[in-house]
Amino acid sequence: MCTTCGCGPEEHHHDHGDGHLHHDHEHPHGTGEVKGATKISIETDILARNNRLAAGNRALFASRGVFVLNLVSSPGSGKTTLLEKTLRDLSPTTRSAVIEGDQQTDNDAVRIAATGVPVRQINTGAGCHLDAHMVGHAALEFDLENLDLLLIENVGNLVCPASFDLGEHHKVVVLSVTEGEDKPLKYPQMFHAADVMLLNKTDLLPHLDFDVDKCLETARRVSPGITIFEVSAKTGAGMNDWYDWLTEQISGQ
Amino acid sequence: MPMHELSLTQSVVEICEQNAGGRRVLSVTLELGELSGIVPDSVEFCFEACTKGTLLEGARLIITRVAPKGLCRECGNEFPVSAYYDSCPNCGGFTVELMRGEEMRVKELEVE
Repeated sequence: MCTTCGCGPEEHHHDHGDGHLHHDHEHPHGTGEVKGATKISIETDILARNNRLAAGNRALFASRGVFVLNLVSSPGSGKTTLLEKTLRDLSPTTRSAVIEGDQQTDNDAVRIAATGVPVRQINTGAGCHLDAHMVGHAALEFDLENLDLLLIENVGNLVCPASFDLGEHHKVVVLSVTEGEDKPLKYPQMFHAADVMLLNKTDLLPHLDFDVDKCLETARRVSPGITIFEVSAKTGAGMNDWYDWLTEQISGQ
Repeated sequence: MPMHELSLTQSVVEICEQNAGGRRVLSVTLELGELSGIVPDSVEFCFEACTKGTLLEGARLIITRVAPKGLCRECGNEFPVSAYYDSCPNCGGFTVELMRGEEMRVKELEVE
């Protein structure tokens, strides 16, 4: 590649306008070539638009007193089962709503709707994450004035959703014990971005070689101060600690 | 294409078009931290598709990497970091604040 103008061996991206044939590469790509070129300093964050919309969402949630969590994990960690259980157990005292993010289908939204909680499905199509724009529109479809808790189930993916602030109070990463205890080291950006970790499917531990202590230690290395709950959404083990934390956070809004 | 670089590259194009004042863009300089979670090769891959039919079509993409630097909250040591789970080489502490290395910024444009 020509390091002066960046063109490849087969093509040229811009017209030099000085009449020479390209790719003899004897021409000096000097000041004559970019005559009149102007440099503009930008210094703008690539995520500026998303961050601005996320700040708008955050202000909206604060003004309505809604506590918002962004749940992230790899596919199959048990997020939806965990949500179903949580929504059913909290329903007598907590007014909840859910935003479901998936590339395709409304299967998860149908499961959540069966709990009686309002739900909106966002299908991202080819997209690998939810962004603040999608969530802002989905949130407006709820009666936010009469809501305590909004749970956003992000697209199952431990990479892309890490970069996108949705306006949530906390990112909650769900890790199941069938996945291997080194996940926090393999996907450090996501675990670093999360304030809370739910270690799910602990009922399966007797059948696995999963080292819980090692997993928790690695999570704390990547995200010092992370709050961790060891739960089984299936048996309900450990869920009360998670509910206590949720209730405390909601009452603080 | 299931990768976040696609939407990030679209954001780059939007930011550039807003700042180009209708002029053709000759080059774009991005600053990407090594811990930003962005893969430069993927951005380069998306750039051509995202710029087609825009003021950036044919523009040169320049990517500057920013090496991460950490500050140990326990002993105040500043040191180069290679991953989120690095510990302080001075005291072994894990409470490390990242001072730089997560940048994803459009730094500069060159327009006609």
